[in-house]
Amino acid sequence: MNRIAVEKKVLSENQILAEQLRDRYREHRVLCVNLISSPGSGKTALLERTLERMDKSERVAVLTGDLQTENDARRLAKFGFPVKQITTGGTCHLDAKMIERHLEGWKLEDLDLLIVENVGNLVCPSSYDLGEDAKIVLLSTTEGEDKPLKYPSIFFKSELMLLTKIDLLPYVPFKADLARENARRVHPGMEIIDVSSTTGEGLDRWMEWLQARRGAKAK
Amino acid sequence: MHELGIAASILDCVDQEAERHPGQHISKVGVKIGELAGVDGDALQFGFEVLVKDTDREPLTLELEFVPRIQRCGKCEREFRMTEFDPRCPLCGDFGTTCVSGEELDISYMEVDE
Repeated sequence: MNRIAVEKKVLSENQILAEQLRDRYREHRVLCVNLISSPGSGKTALLERTLERMDKSERVAVLTGDLQTENDARRLAKFGFPVKQITTGGTCHLDAKMIERHLEGWKLEDLDLLIVENVGNLVCPSSYDLGEDAKIVLLSTTEGEDKPLKYPSIFFKSELMLLTKIDLLPYVPFKADLARENARRVHPGMEIIDVSSTTGEGLDRWMEWLQARRGAKAK
Repeated sequence: MHELGIAASILDCVDQEAERHPGQHISKVGVKIGELAGVDGDALQFGFEVLVKDTDREPLTLELEFVPRIQRCGKCEREFRMTEFDPRCPLCGDFGTTCVSGEELDISYMEVDE
């Protein structure tokens, strides 16, 4: 018996594709963000409000992932920007290959922002690099404050946390301070923005964050 | 729930390595899982066994090594094992610590039978 050292990432195939995507985004100066949360935390609602606030001339496209249905793509296509649905057919996360396949037909030189809405899941998407510039995690006030402690991986890897459905705070037992504290225990210094897609609270700050990141990568 | 896909990726790597050792059999693969990798060891072991059973890859076992989360303090530069999600340096009390390990999902070795 002979033991050989390998030292290789398990998801190296995905990692290679993700790096290729990252190179393409860099070349065409496209900012790519990957939105991740539990099902029902408000990713699609946030995207509706985000696209609604953008000028029609802005060079934005959206890839939205779900196990089944084209419902989200239909909701988001109303705003006039290019949108494609990725139906994974049962897979619980998006991977770099799915992104690559669905970018076909789009010219990256015509874009400067690509928003990826991952499949609703706090576990699996954290393991798959999509070549994005930043992962953004959403936590809503109808969930538990301890989610960051229960699912630390995604909170650790996300650059920004959006605390969503903030308008519901008076009606739910959710302690926002505790949720923020838990998130920062897992990820010291993580940026957090409180938002409500219903009342519009906090959306200016979110748009400013997005614009600043776009500016940093701009053409 | 994505452990089956990860098991399949490990087996892809085993098959690639096997091509480099014609006439020999790979009987064990060692994988490191970091505390922050978001991978469940039992589910991965189960998926791996299912994919190996009744194939030419038998006998092949998976050995998992769990890697704890280690933080380094920016102030006193010491490293410590982070428990209970408390990022504070136990030596100097500073909160400015960063993660140095615990994100691994790596193949570390394989054992080849002569």
